[in-house]
Amino acid sequence: MPNTLYDKLWNEHHIKTLDSGESLIYIDRQYLHEVTSPQAFEGLSMKGLLPWRLGANIATPDHNVPTERGDSFTVENISDDISKIQVVELDKNCNKFGIKQFDITSANQGIVHVIGPELGYTLPGMTIVCGDSHTSTHGAFGCLAMGIGTSEVEHVLATQTLKVSKLLNMKVIFEGTPQRGVSSKDIVLFLIGEIGTAGGNGHAIEFSGSYIESISMEARMTICNMAIEAGAKVGLIATDKTTVDYVKEHSPLSVDDLALAQKHWNNLFSDKEAIFDKEIVIDISQIKPQVTWGTSPEMVVDYDAVLPELSLQTEANKKNIELAKNYMGIKEGEKLTDLEFDRVFIGSCTNSRIEDLREAASVIKGRIVSKKITEAIVVPGSGMVKAQAEAEGLDKIFKDAGFIWRDPGCSMCLGMNPDQLKPYERCASTSNRNFEGRQGNLGRTHLMSPVMAAYTAINGVIGDLS
Amino acid sequence: MKVIGNELQIKGIVASIDRDNIDTDQIIPTEYLKSIKKFGFEDYLFDGWRYLDDGKLGISKNDRKINHEFVLNQEPFTQANILLTRDNFGCGSSREHAVWALRDFGIRVVIASSFGDIFYNNCFKNGVLPVKLSKDQIEEIFKTEVGEMSVSLDSKKIEFNNTYQYEFEVEDNLLERIVLGLDDVDMTLKYKNDIKLFEELRKKEKPWIYADE
Repeated sequence: MPNTLYDKLWNEHHIKTLDSGESLIYIDRQYLHEVTSPQAFEGLSMKGLLPWRLGANIATPDHNVPTERGDSFTVENISDDISKIQVVELDKNCNKFGIKQFDITSANQGIVHVIGPELGYTLPGMTIVCGDSHTSTHGAFGCLAMGIGTSEVEHVLATQTLKVSKLLNMKVIFEGTPQRGVSSKDIVLFLIGEIGTAGGNGHAIEFSGSYIESISMEARMTICNMAIEAGAKVGLIATDKTTVDYVKEHSPLSVDDLALAQKHWNNLFSDKEAIFDKEIVIDISQIKPQVTWGTSPEMVVDYDAVLPELSLQTEANKKNIELAKNYMGIKEGEKLTDLEFDRVFIGSCTNSRIEDLREAASVIKGRIVSKKITEAIVVPGSGMVKAQAEAEGLDKIFKDAGFIWRDPGCSMCLGMNPDQLKPYERCASTSNRNFEGRQGNLGRTHLMSPVMAAYTAINGVIGDLS
Repeated sequence: MKVIGNELQIKGIVASIDRDNIDTDQIIPTEYLKSIKKFGFEDYLFDGWRYLDDGKLGISKNDRKINHEFVLNQEPFTQANILLTRDNFGCGSSREHAVWALRDFGIRVVIASSFGDIFYNNCFKNGVLPVKLSKDQIEEIFKTEVGEMSVSLDSKKIEFNNTYQYEFEVEDNLLERIVLGLDDVDMTLKYKNDIKLFEELRKKEKPWIYADE
């Protein structure tokens, strides 16, 4: 029987079907961070259990670490006492159980979804979990990767398995060549606008088509990262030469192991006749740069489009749109290009990789941040990305333009650390969620690509990238 | 915290929030994720809507500016144990704290036309029952002045005002977890040997996954 990629990964990791009808699946890798793990470790201790397989786990603090650390910063220097407790707790738990951690002083510390792939811990064909919904990122490598809750983090620590029901299969085919100024972020935002934030609920989405085949691993990760914003906790892409080349460059595997693994990885694609429960084809050559206007990622339009008018809405839609416009401080008849921005954030597990920084820097080079912008920050996704960017001189381009060059972390994607918007500030952000208060109480977030965020930094407004 | 026990009927007050796509950041903002505990989140549920000021973990409800227009600050809804909402409730972040906050406030049942996948899963680990009804049924309840609502876990029915009755579907095994309060880790460890056998074979066939161990 022909199988989808998701089916193949499911079958390969399936241990047994339980009486309940659920399945027990084996987990190859678990990533841990400071926010969703303390209660899981506590649960493990209370049961008197040890981690089932230590080597499966990799930890790093990312969500609430400060991003102005400089050299010789240690956990003791975190000024928010409550954040400090959480980072200290991760140190303690990793030391107590013997889990490999890239701690706050490590040159390899960073956002968990950035460091996993770049340090070679994410390998094609793996099942990967983390107490973070953006774990879907790792699906870009042909992995079955998904975000889980803290109870499940404990379950995986204790049993190396997850008790789950199988998802349905959805295929999204992106065909065509993007217009100038359009990146993978625009493509995935466009999809979310089309199918909605509940469009992928209950499904694993496989992204395919000539566009996907043509793009880098970094761009693929951006797309899989935001599968969750389309409702799908699993996003995935077939393994191909681009994947294997990336892994060869980043993984410490021996030549023998790589050769053996590659035979298996060559089979990580959906069979030609495989049947999907849903299939969507999108011609990406028609897509313009996308920017969100509201408080859900599905509230997204072409950067220069007219926003939904209240008088034209059905009763059901009207309320949601009105609430969002009020929150965002957008008047009837206003377009996104009419709005003046206060802040710019380039970073997050969606867009903080080297390619993102290169693209943003290419717009910024030789120009300066608009006087209207009170703060523009770049937060590289990891120590490795930061070092690479500095080696290429990108930090200098950003700093010369007036950007602040920070240390790695999740930063203003969710504002758990000091990087937050003030009430009513409008932010051009390369992150993944424009929810109310996401970047700070009453802050206004507009999601966009790194290139558009860079343009906004220079001009104070969004605009034409072509 | 209320003990779940063997209770097969949940009766009580319904609070409604008429919005689609209520994400887990609205259910509990990131600030409160700094807690390393599993309990004590009741005062932070829907924090951004419930209060007029910006809160911090550890600041008591009594020291906050209450938004009296928000349903959970109005009587009798301060005692609500059932929440009615629209589409895609609990989308976004995987934070189980969202369910902990609902549970700690006393919410036992959430009724919506659909739920975020990870949130839906997290509910059953914490004794909160997510009930899916059709959009039309949800619309009908929103239009009705609901008195006490009764949710039956064994017959999978919602009843109110002596006239309305809706059946809902939920997998028996998930429901059982709520009724019996079972622990998944204990249950799975019964299959320890199956897991070990599977793992041994995997190590032989795919050694690169275990290369650095």
